[in-house]
Amino acid sequence: MDLDFTPGQEAFRAEARAWLRAHVPASPLPSLETEEGFAAHRVWEAQLAADRWSVVSWPEEYGGRGVDLVRWLVFEEEYYAAGAPGRVGQNGINLLAPTLFDHGTREQRARVLPEMATGEVVWAQAWSEPEAGSDLASLTSRAVRTDGGWLLSGQKTWSSRAAFADRAFGLFRSEPDTPRPQQGLTYLMFDLRAPGVTVRPIGRLDGRPAFAELFLDEVFVPDEDVIGEPGQGWRVAMSTAGNERGLTLRSPGRFLAAADRLLNLWREQGSSEALRDRVADAVIGARAYQLFTYANASRFLDGESIGPESSLNKVFWSEYDIALHETALELLGEDGELADTDWAEGYVFSLAGPIYAGTNEIQRDIIAERLLGLPKGRR
Amino acid sequence: MRFLLDPEQRAFADSLNAMLTAADTPSAVRSWSRGEHARGRALWRRVAGAGVFALAVPEAYEGLGLRPIELAVAFVELGRHAVPGPLVETVAAAALLTEPGLAKRLLPALASGEALATAAPAGSYALDGDVATTRLSWDGDGLRLAPGPDGPVRASLDPARRLTRLLPGGELLTAEPPLAHALTWARLATAAQALGVGLALLDRTVEYVGQRTQFGVPIGSFQAVKHQLADAKIALEFARPLVLGAALTMTEADVAAAKVTACEAAYRTARTALQLHGAIGYTAEYDLSLWLTKARALRGTWGGPGECRAAVLDGLSGGARRS
Repeated sequence: MDLDFTPGQEAFRAEARAWLRAHVPASPLPSLETEEGFAAHRVWEAQLAADRWSVVSWPEEYGGRGVDLVRWLVFEEEYYAAGAPGRVGQNGINLLAPTLFDHGTREQRARVLPEMATGEVVWAQAWSEPEAGSDLASLTSRAVRTDGGWLLSGQKTWSSRAAFADRAFGLFRSEPDTPRPQQGLTYLMFDLRAPGVTVRPIGRLDGRPAFAELFLDEVFVPDEDVIGEPGQGWRVAMSTAGNERGLTLRSPGRFLAAADRLLNLWREQGSSEALRDRVADAVIGARAYQLFTYANASRFLDGESIGPESSLNKVFWSEYDIALHETALELLGEDGELADTDWAEGYVFSLAGPIYAGTNEIQRDIIAERLLGLPKGRR
Repeated sequence: MRFLLDPEQRAFADSLNAMLTAADTPSAVRSWSRGEHARGRALWRRVAGAGVFALAVPEAYEGLGLRPIELAVAFVELGRHAVPGPLVETVAAAALLTEPGLAKRLLPALASGEALATAAPAGSYALDGDVATTRLSWDGDGLRLAPGPDGPVRASLDPARRLTRLLPGGELLTAEPPLAHALTWARLATAAQALGVGLALLDRTVEYVGQRTQFGVPIGSFQAVKHQLADAKIALEFARPLVLGAALTMTEADVAAAKVTACEAAYRTARTALQLHGAIGYTAEYDLSLWLTKARALRGTWGGPGECRAAVLDGLSGGARRS
């Protein structure tokens, strides 16, 4: 057991740090939930990709560096410590790409991944529907067979990044009458600008269109945009949901950097005695999450899989994120009410954490039933 | 970077767990609480025989070398089984006795389990001062070998923890004892012990709510019950890497972070365990009480939550470290 990085890992850290120091924009980009900010973040993604920093864990042929999870964690620590912009491509990179690596065809990977890596194509996720949130299996939007492909109809909602993104991925019901709701679903990629697609941006709490509703009216999708076998979409989606995603959905680097900024803010504001314990808890929480992730990465590299344990991560970071930002807003005093600060933007973003990617109530059920072995019951 | 216990470390934990499971620790705890020490001493010899105290003693003094990770692993198991006695204090004493003359004279008996030590600042409560055979206290002059307990044993909220003050004076052992170093070892051992206490409380409560029925179903099928236990599980699982990480770095800040987090997680689990057991959990005769009361006591000893949080912030000079 050790926390020592190899000389090669240290060299990788130094290389990432030097590149970031030379390239991170001196002043923050506009919010990525605005049209202007979205465009600016796309330019940043292209800049990252030009020197192969946008997807370091991917194979080189798709624009990555082929590094393992430990180096990925190191990169993320340096990335956020450098104050680099949020990642506009994260839906594609964290959710779609792992699925393509596991279930996509070679052709799909060659076609989709390079332009995802450069930010040329930004992906929105299209999981939720008006009647299907955490109970994803209850979704009703349809995929109907047609010549050379499928016709998608129905409604998706809470589709993150869809207000400005190019394409989306999600599950559609391709067989209407199956014994279980998880059956007969197909995993498809589609173009947000295709005929039949209407995108209605939804303002989140601060009014910015961080997500959208999608209305689909016989939208044609060619066969080559089906991932895995038709009808097997649930299995395809779930097989990559728990495993590596449990490690990569939110990296510790982001919280280590946020805790660092909070600590600096606390000191700048006179080291308030009243908030001392909460600042300490933020620092401790970031360290706990870092070490927890290191342990999981070690297990993963040993060949173990990480399934329901990813629910522990999800509840932890989502609640931690809110607590950290609430502490920052209190430290700011009356300025904590202002909407145009990084802390306010982070706070608004953090409020969604316990809601998306499976609500924390559902995550706690998973922990209780699948990790602690408690009996299933009525919700 | 490989942040996982090695197979030998896991095997060490498993063997301690098996040994303590077979030893019927609850009855040893109960007799210890009454001031009858024979069974507890027998248990102590077995714990020492497994090498636990030798993990805080250099090889030159008949120990196994300073091995904080293995010590932490062992103390999780001691907590899991509510082993009574001045366990942490014996580790703290070993860490105080670094000067070669003192080490040669006093450490071999601590490593072998022949001696039980207690350690406390002059004027503070020392754990099990009536039964400890090596009593260390420190004042403005330095570290002293206290001549004996002062006054009657005071009851702790945890009946298995027997508090005494130590008589002032006694032989001056050294003018400059390594107090910060000893505090770090004591806090690490306490953090690990608290984690073990929390894990035991969670295990027992999960088992109970799976069996206890109300309204015709196991209460563990109720979401309100599940969510409390899920929160306890999250708190403990995030305390664990802090304890092991602190054992690797042994910095004051990391150890203080582990201490406050593990103790808060254990205490939170204790509150949940009591709530979900209902009235049976509120009785002294039911064994759950052995862990419930210890979770509260460990929270305050060797630096309470506020003190540890302050130590975390004091230990960070230029912002939080990244690796």
